[in-house]
Amino acid sequence: MSTASSSVVSDQFPAGLRVLVVDDDLTCLMILERMLRTCLYEVTKSNRAELALDMLRDKRNIFDIVISDVHMPDMDGFKLLEQVGLEMDLPVISKYPILVTLRRIFTSLNLNLLLNFDLVRSLICVIRAVMSADDSKHVVMKSVTHGACDYLIKPVRIEALKNIWQHVVRKKKNEWKEIEQSGSVDEGDRQQKPSEDVDYSSSANEGNWRSSKRRKDEEDEADDRDDRDDSSTLKKPQVVWSVELHQQFVAAVNQLGIDKAVPKKILELMNVPGLTRENVASHLQKYRLYLRRLSGVSQHPGNSFMSPQDASYGPLSSLNGLDLQTFAATGHIPAQSLATLQAAGLSRSTAKSGIPMPLVEQRNLFSFDNAKLRFGDGQPQHMNNGKQMNLLHGIPTNMEPKQLVNLHHSAQSLGGMNMQVSPHGGHNGQSSSLLMQMSQPQARGQILNETAGGQVARLPTSTGQPILSNGIAGGVLTRSGIGENGRAGYNQVPQTSSMLNFPLNHAAELPGNSFPLGSTPGISALPAKGGFHEDANSDIKGSAGFIASYDIFNDLQQHKPNGWELQNVGVGLTFDASQHSNSLRSNIDVAPSVLINQSYSSGQRNGQNGNASVTGKAIFSVGEGTEHRNNGQNVGHHMNNLLGDNSMRIKTERVPDTSFQPALFPQHFGQEDLMSALLKQQQDGIGPAENEFDFDGYPLDNIPV
Amino acid sequence: MDRNHPQHQVLYMRRSLFDQGYIDREQFIQLEELQDDANPNFAEEIVTLFYTDSARLIQNIEQILVNKPIDFARLDDILHQFKGSSSSIGAKKVKEACTQLREYCCAENAEGCMRTLQVVKQEYAVLKRKLETYFQMVRQVG
Repeated sequence: MSTASSSVVSDQFPAGLRVLVVDDDLTCLMILERMLRTCLYEVTKSNRAELALDMLRDKRNIFDIVISDVHMPDMDGFKLLEQVGLEMDLPVISKYPILVTLRRIFTSLNLNLLLNFDLVRSLICVIRAVMSADDSKHVVMKSVTHGACDYLIKPVRIEALKNIWQHVVRKKKNEWKEIEQSGSVDEGDRQQKPSEDVDYSSSANEGNWRSSKRRKDEEDEADDRDDRDDSSTLKKPQVVWSVELHQQFVAAVNQLGIDKAVPKKILELMNVPGLTRENVASHLQKYRLYLRRLSGVSQHPGNSFMSPQDASYGPLSSLNGLDLQTFAATGHIPAQSLATLQAAGLSRSTAKSGIPMPLVEQRNLFSFDNAKLRFGDGQPQHMNNGKQMNLLHGIPTNMEPKQLVNLHHSAQSLGGMNMQVSPHGGHNGQSSSLLMQMSQPQARGQILNETAGGQVARLPTSTGQPILSNGIAGGVLTRSGIGENGRAGYNQVPQTSSMLNFPLNHAAELPGNSFPLGSTPGISALPAKGGFHEDANSDIKGSAGFIASYDIFNDLQQHKPNGWELQNVGVGLTFDASQHSNSLRSNIDVAPSVLINQSYSSGQRNGQNGNASVTGKAIFSVGEGTEHRNNGQNVGHHMNNLLGDNSMRIKTERVPDTSFQPALFPQHFGQEDLMSALLKQQQDGIGPAENEFDFDGYPLDNIPV
Repeated sequence: MDRNHPQHQVLYMRRSLFDQGYIDREQFIQLEELQDDANPNFAEEIVTLFYTDSARLIQNIEQILVNKPIDFARLDDILHQFKGSSSSIGAKKVKEACTQLREYCCAENAEGCMRTLQVVKQEYAVLKRKLETYFQMVRQVG
């Protein structure tokens, strides 16, 4: 790994990137080769997947990234992905957050192989020209679930290839993070740069995937760590799990039943000389993770959303009231949008809503849900969110919607957030792992920050697509907000009226609560703000503490914050207040819009904060009760705003408020645990932000302050 | 400028290939941009490779359509590849015909497949002639 890192850092990078291209079509292979060479990469090509796999297994070959076609006669791209995933720790593996999780698990399990291939950074799945939309979606989804970190659509454009190195960088960054757990400003900077690059690259790819990539990266990082740790012990005679051997293994497992399959029995059934129980046990573990990953993808049942959320919300006391409302709102949503969302997340079409929400959108939705959760939970959620955010940031430069989702998941795992996660459904299983991974990144502080930067950038791209979904989500949020609004302040949220269409629909679905928000569109937000202010006051108390932290964050993560700030500018005051979810309190004044911002900002901040969060958490908890409520409301508002397009930008702008970020930072610094909590919160917040703001806000963040 | 100037003729022919829809402009320009001093004839080499490789694919398609019952799954695999490589060189009309053939394949419409295969082969042959002429002119211009 170190070698790879150093190479990445070199001045010539990405020139010399070692790329393995696999495509059975000679014409495509030759064009790809030529394009890659034009990018000054070192290219190795193979027109047979089996040969490519052999090359990957050969220790003498070192690749940074693998680009493989999906359709190949001797072994389709998915099998190759699967093999690579099982045998090697290729960064490439998955785009989808869920996948990412799985991937991490994979990596840790495949330590031996990983060691051999630790330089293999990424596996890109080249998807042939899309025949039909459904087809392509299906293929992309499958690629992701099988561990692809990105996908290219044929005919491949050189512009897309010029950016593939980002995957390597991300992977390396993750590694660095792992290595340098102390968060240094420098690292943050590095990461941010990559993330920005990532954004650019995404051109060819969908923004969504990138986020997942980030996650993946994070996971990868985690995996890498594991690998390293294990490396000492793992250097035993390796068992190469060939396709045949693996199939024997699968046959044995199927015969026994996945639940009852134990290494000893599998070994007996396989009856392969030289194979030890340990070999089988290790492979079984990987295989289970793999299955979990797959199932996670497919299962995104709405149930999780509903039930999980409820559970989490229930716990929240004062906030609970709000939460409940939110939940109710969500519940409504679930029926309609949730299902769709989930479906979308799965990439399945949303039969229910008919809303053609892209994966991204789904993700967004999820994010929103999280936001709601956050709100409901109030402070607790924030905490969680914050953690998630951090994780996301750290992990992946790519943090796209998917990532967000993951974050959410993580958030959920943390606390009330869990609820949200569950909605994601199958993701949960993975998400838990993701969370785990995420947490690791947090420890890395620096890493997180870096990733956060990257994520931000990515988010923006994704945002475009997500907007619709955002709108929806917004609607949902609003609903929650409305419930909260009971307080009155919420009404302001509605300002987003432009978004109204979406929200309204949702609202209809949602209980009356949210609808009040609908009225909110009025933006009247100001009055609401008053209400918020009250809350804010309490929040403010907490804020003070945050402020200190913010400063820190700013320094560290200025990038992100900046972006947000810029965006915020438009929003103006409100945003600032909101952004600081910590700041939420103060933000609360600004409230509605702020909420969104907050979440975003927190997300960003979290990334930065990672560390700060700890202190912040404490603070949050204090003010959280009120603040959260506000936040919830704010979120709703934000959502609305987002829906309105204009509003979205505004939100972002709000986010920019440094105050939030700073707070987060301090927290990060404080304690890892806190950070993790914060990260979760942030993540949650980010999720929403991504949906709405992502594009605008994130980019800005990266840019400048 | 002299309209009969060889260089002018090359440009004119290239443009007509684009304008008449035989070649996808963007993809073809990508190929041309991949040419450098070390690979001055990359576009032509790729087109040659495409025609060598796809002749085999067309043969396979014909065989599949002759053998009953028709193995539509295998046909789809081959068509997928054919479509991928023709889009890679920007063979627009060939790709479009391929897409149509694939639709018949998916519908398991043997008669439609046979008919559309003729269209594919025709477009394939027409483009081959045109490109051969074009690259010959390019080489003359140097």
